[in-house]
Amino acid sequence: MAGLYVIVAGAGKVGWNLARELLEKGHEVTVIEQDRRRYLTVEQELEHAVQYGDATELWVLERAGIQRADLVVAVTGDDEDNLLICQVAKEKYLCERIIARANNPRNLDHFKLLGIQPVVSATDLILRLIEHEVPRYGLVHLLDLPEERLEIIELVVSEDAPAAGRSVSDVRLPEGALIISVLRDGAGFVPTRETVIAAGDEVLVVLDPGLEQDITAWFVPNGGRPD
Amino acid sequence: MFVLVVGAGRVGSSVATVALRSGHTVSVLDEDPMSHERLDVELGRGWEEAGGQFTIGTAMELEALVEAGIDRADVFIASTNGDNTNLVIAQVAQRRFGVEKVVARVLDPRRAAWYREQGLETICPTQIAIEQLQRAAFG
Repeated sequence: MAGLYVIVAGAGKVGWNLARELLEKGHEVTVIEQDRRRYLTVEQELEHAVQYGDATELWVLERAGIQRADLVVAVTGDDEDNLLICQVAKEKYLCERIIARANNPRNLDHFKLLGIQPVVSATDLILRLIEHEVPRYGLVHLLDLPEERLEIIELVVSEDAPAAGRSVSDVRLPEGALIISVLRDGAGFVPTRETVIAAGDEVLVVLDPGLEQDITAWFVPNGGRPD
Repeated sequence: MFVLVVGAGRVGSSVATVALRSGHTVSVLDEDPMSHERLDVELGRGWEEAGGQFTIGTAMELEALVEAGIDRADVFIASTNGDNTNLVIAQVAQRRFGVEKVVARVLDPRRAAWYREQGLETICPTQIAIEQLQRAAFG
C-alpha cells in the first residue's frame, strides 16, 4: 500500500503519532487540528503536513484535498466530530476508506447506525484484553463477528466437566455450536465424532451469540474459578 | 403530540415553552441543570408543575435519550449548542427510533444545506441572519 493520501482529523497523541508513522512509510499526510496552540506545537515537526481548522467544516476538508484522499482517519477527542467527519467523507466526497475512533464505547451504536466502520475504541480494546486475561465463566472470546452473528470461544476443559471422557458425538451441544479444534499437549487438531475429550484439553467452539452458558456447562461447569 | 427538545439554551427553551403552552406533551433533555431554571423563568412557573418533563443527561447517550422519551416522540428537536451533536442525535431519532418529525439546528450553512439534501430537516440560524442582514442593509 504505497503512496496513499491520508487525511487525519485531530492532532492529539493518536493523530500526531499516526501521521508520523504514515509519513515515515512514505505516504502523503494532512493532519487537521482545530486547537490553535496544539496546531502550532505539531506544526513545528510536521510543518506543511498539518493544517489549522475544524475538520467538521466542509471547506476545511476541501482545502485539505478530501476529493483526492484515499483514506480519512477521524481521531479527534469528540465522537460526534469523528462520526460526522467520516459520514461526509464517505457520503459527500465518496472517499472509499474511512477509519473512526470512538472515545466512548457507548457511542459505538451511533457509529454502527450511521454505517461508519471500522471504528477503533481503545477503551473497548482494553476491556476485551482484560476479559482475555481474566476470563469470565472460564471462556475466552477469540473472535466476534456481530454482523455475521458468529463467535469463536476457547475453553479449558475442567476435571469435573461433563464433557471430559466423552466422545465428541456424545457432547450434545445446542444447535448453532460446533467444536472446531482441540488443543492437546501443545498441538491442535480438528476432532472427529470419535475424538474423546479429556480434562485439560483446550477446545475451540464456534457458536451463535448467546449460547455461551450452555457451552460452559459442558466444559467448565463451575465457571472455571478455583473452588 | 409528544415533543422532545434536546438542548434547552435560548432557542430550545423557548421552543419547549411555546410547545407546552400550546398543549403538547413536552420533554426536555439537557446536561446542565441550570437550563431547568431557564424553563421556569421562561414559563413564569414551575416547569413540572405545568406538566413539563425534564431529564438531566448527555445528548449523545442513548440511555438519556430513552429516559427523555425518544421512543415515543412525535417531534424531535435537536437544539444543543453543538452542530455535530445535533446532526448525530437527529439521525439517531430518525433512523433508529423512527421519529416522524425531526428538526436539527445547524449553525454551519453549508452542512445545514447538505444534510437537508440528504433528507434531514435542518434549521440554520446563520443563514437566516445572513439573509436578514442583507435585506436590512441593501434592501
